[in-house]
Amino acid sequence: MLDVKAGDEQSFALLLHRYRTPLVNFLYRMVRNREQAEDLAQEVFWRVYRAREDYVPSAKFTTWLFRIATNLALNSVRDNRYQRLEISLDAPVTADAEDGDEKTLDVAEKHPNIEQHLIEETRRKMIRHAIEKLPEKQRAAVLLHKYQELDYGEISKILDCSESALKSLLFRAYESLRVELAPLVAQQGK
Amino acid sequence: MSCSRMENKILGYVDGHLKESERLEMEKHLAACAACNLRVNEFRAVTGLLDELPVIEPSEAFDLRVRARVAAEPAKQSWWAWFAPSPRVVFAASMLLLATVWLGSRPPESSLSAADIDKINQNMQVLENYDVISDFAPLSELPQPVQNDDDSDANQTQKM
Repeated sequence: MLDVKAGDEQSFALLLHRYRTPLVNFLYRMVRNREQAEDLAQEVFWRVYRAREDYVPSAKFTTWLFRIATNLALNSVRDNRYQRLEISLDAPVTADAEDGDEKTLDVAEKHPNIEQHLIEETRRKMIRHAIEKLPEKQRAAVLLHKYQELDYGEISKILDCSESALKSLLFRAYESLRVELAPLVAQQGK
Repeated sequence: MSCSRMENKILGYVDGHLKESERLEMEKHLAACAACNLRVNEFRAVTGLLDELPVIEPSEAFDLRVRARVAAEPAKQSWWAWFAPSPRVVFAASMLLLATVWLGSRPPESSLSAADIDKINQNMQVLENYDVISDFAPLSELPQPVQNDDDSDANQTQKM
């Protein structure tokens, strides 16, 4: 980022290449809409570029990047501008492809064992729904902890809370997931 | 360690981020508490389930759209930049300063013509003598030369 600050355009291209996938995935899991996730990710990179001259390496770059991303995602979710109808969250989990991002049936047709594939897809949908049902801040904490593998110090800076508050937040989030995913958890335990 | 104290450390234990002393304390508690032991296993199962979600790749147009947006961003200038001269202005000002200093350090050109200089050279000995005589102290002690009027009076007296 310091090279970007110095005006090295090639370094910005490297940053883009390195963080595009984790950023889009984080935002996609936050807002549950691929197009919106990409729009927000673009916004994040644009803000990073605009703020390059004011960048001070007081924290890790990933902390700064995901702080911008989390704030944008939380605002977006709270504004409900791009959210789908809430009915989709509460709808019973079925094997139907409920969004355009993952073409379940197309893949299933090519799958040698359709039944097995449908079972796996149902599990994924249950997991996605369990994550979606978490309050936004808990959801962000779990996504940063689980998928970005950031430590408690970094996540607490991103979410602007103390480490002890974060541990409590994460415990409540994982506890909710444990309850929500109880049938799958029981299967895992076997 | 009580079960309530364990809550904030359970995730750290599952992640393997506890200090050695905390980990040993946790394991001692887990050996004696079936409920907490079950919860640890269930938390492990949950993190395993979260691994099942696939990773999506950004669309092919994503990078292009980011680069287009960044390229459209005008160069950022702070208000201090208004005071900062451009490199071309700095270069021109430096050249002007150098030229001024060089011209100022040159000896002034003589306004005499070649004919004047020849004339001076020819009369150089007379001029040098004049310099010596004009400032020669003993000459100042000599009596004043006789005035012309007195000379004419004296002539008239002799005639008479």
